[in-house]
Amino acid sequence: MPATNVSKATRDQSHARVFDLAELSLRELNQALHQLTPGSNETAWEVLNPKGSHSVAVGVDQPVAIDVRGSVGYYCGGMNAGGTITVHGSAGPGVGENMMSGSITIKGDASQYAGATGRGGLLVIEGNASSRCGISMKGIDIVVHGNIGHMSAFMAQSGNLVVLGDAGDALGDSIYEARLFVRGKVESLGADCIAKEMRPEHIELLQGLLDRAGVTDVKPSEFKRYGSARTLYNFNIDNADAY
Amino acid sequence: MCGIVGLFLKDKALEPKLGAMLSEMLISLSDRGPDSAGIAIYGAPSGNEAKITIQSAKPERDFRGLDAEVAKAIGAPVSIAVKSTHAVIRTTPAKIDEARETIQALRPDIRIMGAGDVVEIYKEVGLPEAVVERFDVRSMTGTHGIGHTRMATESAVTTMGAHPFSTGADQCLVHNGSLSNHNNVRRELIRDGMKFETENDTEVAAAYLSSKMAHGKNLGEALEGTLSDLDGFFTFVVGTKNGFGVVRDPIACKPAVMAETDQYVAFGSEYRALTKLPGIDNARVWEPEPATVYFWEH
Repeated sequence: MPATNVSKATRDQSHARVFDLAELSLRELNQALHQLTPGSNETAWEVLNPKGSHSVAVGVDQPVAIDVRGSVGYYCGGMNAGGTITVHGSAGPGVGENMMSGSITIKGDASQYAGATGRGGLLVIEGNASSRCGISMKGIDIVVHGNIGHMSAFMAQSGNLVVLGDAGDALGDSIYEARLFVRGKVESLGADCIAKEMRPEHIELLQGLLDRAGVTDVKPSEFKRYGSARTLYNFNIDNADAY
Repeated sequence: MCGIVGLFLKDKALEPKLGAMLSEMLISLSDRGPDSAGIAIYGAPSGNEAKITIQSAKPERDFRGLDAEVAKAIGAPVSIAVKSTHAVIRTTPAKIDEARETIQALRPDIRIMGAGDVVEIYKEVGLPEAVVERFDVRSMTGTHGIGHTRMATESAVTTMGAHPFSTGADQCLVHNGSLSNHNNVRRELIRDGMKFETENDTEVAAAYLSSKMAHGKNLGEALEGTLSDLDGFFTFVVGTKNGFGVVRDPIACKPAVMAETDQYVAFGSEYRALTKLPGIDNARVWEPEPATVYFWEH
């Protein structure tokens, strides 16, 4: 991709580097983001006209702020390491997949498997998330202001999933050590996922998560905690006939 | 993968643009399936005319003089409008079944794409852009339509394997996914009198709905039945003479986005397909729920 094209991106008065995807390609955007080095002064970015594009701001590895003005398609912010990405719209499947650190905020809704396999950082979805939210999460924190769909936190290993609304069927199926906090109704719990006591350390943890996600009008005591019953950790000889 | 789109107009002022709008929606999803593409357009009812969309690999040979030969055989006026490898045969509604049988007897190599009072179906191997150009879909007017771009999994890359599949008058269906019990369901439907043209799983879903509606179910009830009777992955978008429906299987791993305004209801496999629609920035945009039937009728 010719580097000269990247220079077409302009600066607005707030010194954010503006990248219009109606004029420049997605590859040019992501390449420019990947070329950032530690200490770069280009810490504020604005992406215009995403129009459902896939893979917007994937693989960011510097602590820059990226504001995406509109809705994005698959895998926005995937593998994010340190970036602060805000989508002023909705996100397609796999937003923040395998995020390492930093934060992603979706002002609208998120489609399937938001935050899948995420290892760290904070994913905030201000609308609803659909099925498989936080599937196989491995340390990421996810805060959803609305509801989440079925099979969320399937095989979730660590990290925290906070849901201010309701959860769909089979929440936390085959869960390991992730913590799930749901304020509303849970349609059903998956295999080996159970309701657990909210102890003071969980109230404290949840308050911290709500603070980080900018949630001010909700108390930790309004949530229930769910997690692993730990009965699937080891093979039970009594189940041998099932195989 | 596969990409599917649907557009159901509420505002009559948009009807002249239906073909153009649906074409752009489908082209935007080209990279979800490069094998074949197809589109079904529901035009305005003309009153005393019914249509059959036919296809031939040798259109010059098969379409020449066909209208006169069919007219003579059925004793009713017949017209033909040729578009590339497809043609639309028009005749009086009472003679439509007879015309269809006559066409197949006179020209065994002709394939029937669909028939009804209002629907026209165009589908071919190739990318959406090429298919839209070939059949001049952008210029078509209508009340609603559905489209599909295919990444083949369950049957060969052929014209007949392309979507939409039509198995009843003015009924058609596009599908993203794959069915695992289609052979069993096909056998049951054959016993019920349904006829099949291909080995394709999606044709079975279309015939399933046609069969249910032939037995008196409405579109919503027929779609509801797919949730218990069809096994596999599916997002279906369905058109009938005056209706438009959407259903996803309970696992719902095949993507779907819908948008509704005062002017239209639109469906796309991805939001990309909806971005050029008028007023999309203020539309209600949502992901259809798993195992939930959505349908609209004029």
